Amino acid sequence: MSAGTNKIAVTVSEVVEVNELVKRFRFVRSDGGLLPTFSGGAHTVVEMHDGEIQRLNPYSLMSDPMDQTAYTISVRRDDVGRGGSLFMHTQVKPGDQMVISYPVNLFSLDLRARKHLMIAGGIGITPFLAQIKQLTATNGRFELHYACRSPALGSYVDELCDHHPNNVHIYYDEQKQSIDLEHLLDGQPLGTHIYVCGPKGMIDWVRGKAEALGWPREAVHYEEFLAPQSGKPFEVKLAVSNKVIRVGEHQSLLEAIEAAGVDAPYLCRGGACGQCETDVIGYDGKFLHYDHWLEDDQKASGKKIMPCVSRFEGKTLVLDR
Amino acid sequence: MTIQFNDETFRDDYTFRNSQWAIDRFPFPFHEDSYMYSVNMEQHQGGPAGSVFEKRFDVDEHYVSEMKDRALVLAEDPLRCQCLPHMTLAGWDLLELIMVSKSEDYPDLFELHREGNNWHWINKPLGIDHKFVFLDETTLPYGPMEYITRQSQGDFAVLDQRDDNLWMDAGMVTTQADWSLDFDIGMNFFEWHAPVPKANEMGIFVRALKFLLNIQQGTPARRLNWTMTVNPLLDTSPENYHKWGVQKTTLTPENIGTKQHLRVELQTFFRLPRSNALVFPIRCYLISLQDLVTVPKWGRRLHRVIRDLPVELATYKGFIDNRPMIVDYLSQFDDGLPTSDGIWPDKNTEPPLQT
Ligand code: FES
Repeated sequence: MSAGTNKIAVTVSEVVEVNELVKRFRFVRSDGGLLPTFSGGAHTVVEMHDGEIQRLNPYSLMSDPMDQTAYTISVRRDDVGRGGSLFMHTQVKPGDQMVISYPVNLFSLDLRARKHLMIAGGIGITPFLAQIKQLTATNGRFELHYACRSPALGSYVDELCDHHPNNVHIYYDEQKQSIDLEHLLDGQPLGTHIYVCGPKGMIDWVRGKAEALGWPREAVHYEEFLAPQSGKPFEVKLAVSNKVIRVGEHQSLLEAIEAAGVDAPYLCRGGACGQCETDVIGYDGKFLHYDHWLEDDQKASGKKIMPCVSRFEGKTLVLDR
Repeated sequence: MTIQFNDETFRDDYTFRNSQWAIDRFPFPFHEDSYMYSVNMEQHQGGPAGSVFEKRFDVDEHYVSEMKDRALVLAEDPLRCQCLPHMTLAGWDLLELIMVSKSEDYPDLFELHREGNNWHWINKPLGIDHKFVFLDETTLPYGPMEYITRQSQGDFAVLDQRDDNLWMDAGMVTTQADWSLDFDIGMNFFEWHAPVPKANEMGIFVRALKFLLNIQQGTPARRLNWTMTVNPLLDTSPENYHKWGVQKTTLTPENIGTKQHLRVELQTFFRLPRSNALVFPIRCYLISLQDLVTVPKWGRRLHRVIRDLPVELATYKGFIDNRPMIVDYLSQFDDGLPTSDGIWPDKNTEPPLQT
């Protein structure tokens, strides 16, 4: 059972260039029906058929969770990545038929919070857009601190400032503006929860600071989907299905397993959820662990790998799959 | 088919009865001649036509009377329904899930008309015709969870998901097999499972939790659980143990066939979309031993299962004292013939009882 998620056939109804780096895609159900509602912070996995290669990339849903007529996502172009975002930017046009997964939420609001303090960096703004719509509809209290490179690249800054002038604070790196985190965390009322989504450096910074200031672990929420990295091709033996597969340079191990017709579990495809955890039966070489699911000692043990993002270099790798 | 609703009681004079239709579709929980505790989860995406697995929320002949019984329990003890403040949104999720499912699955019994947030709900069996505003609590006589679960068979635990755990933060519990919402409210998955025998079986619970945390929208799951109850009593709660516990001593070889019931829970699990909470409906089906043994396969198999059940499980399920009498009774319906695999009655293929 891959992922335990159902699929939805959709049609691309609109593609909008938000700025030089970001495009927004709107999906409606191909059968004309309504899409499921979802909770702010949820993502969908978009299937892309790029020639021979099949990619499944997760994107946060940014539309109003209560709006069942369409979903929207925003994709930042990554010119050096493996091509998923480039495919979306260059190939996907209005009218195209695509397949997406049911929404999955690995970054949901803690509805007990008296206040939601959101910290976003760059394209990490997208899950917050849906959460803010949800909180606005239910009179939830939030405050957003959003760092981006420049006014020209500040996706959705204008609409956020227009709709929520008192709750939104923008910081432009180019103008040397930065979040005064210590001060910000210090001044929060009891019962505040922190949410952070953005580059790894930002997430580590916020989590580290919150921990140092004595915030309880369960009041700090973060979402970081890693894009699988490219790397040298390698060969893997799948013991259960008795197949030898080759993982291409721009392919993840999980994608290679799927391409061989072997059903493997996943949810986030970004090294965060733990769903794809796979047992290693034998190896001779070295692991390139990129996930943030396994503990350091598990990574060192050579007994587990997260195939959605992690790779291998060496002679042989045998997996229990 | 249209359902003929029974007028019956689950207390005092116990007029509860199963029709032939209800007996034939009873969710017999044993797929082989022995029983071992397991998580045995499967997808809840329909099932054979007419079976209790077919619809998302099964409605049967006991519906109207069960809802009357629920109202009686709540009148005596309002704490059987609780909802922590942050779970209101999950309550609306549940209301939507049940209204949409029932109106689609039983269009002759339930109707839902929606225009934006203006909803019109018609529940014909209970005679309810109600217009209200979705997400506006002031337009309902109760909170959304209480409102809809007063119209739905089975108990409902509504679980918040956070910190990689599940929390019993809301529920409607009036037909439970010996557990207490008032005691468990606010507890996490491990805390509310605490009184399970054999702590070394913890691994099962860790795996079950992992499975539940990963249930996603659009892919609900289900499993069966079972126990034994003397008299067709829905409310076997710890709060009322002093009332029903003593009934276990009223069993005699003469009345056991009518008094002793197999109690089966159909447990389902749905992810709720707006709140990301999980709802865990626990639907209870009762059948007297006398009715159950009219299906030859079930008579043979239940005898073997109960006879061979480990002592600690029979103790945990609360019938260890009566087990010898139950086994004696059931042995009359076990001729030693082999049984077919699976839970279905197989009435046309399994031989009648050989005497
Ligand atoms: S799919 Fe989530 S960690 Fe790999």
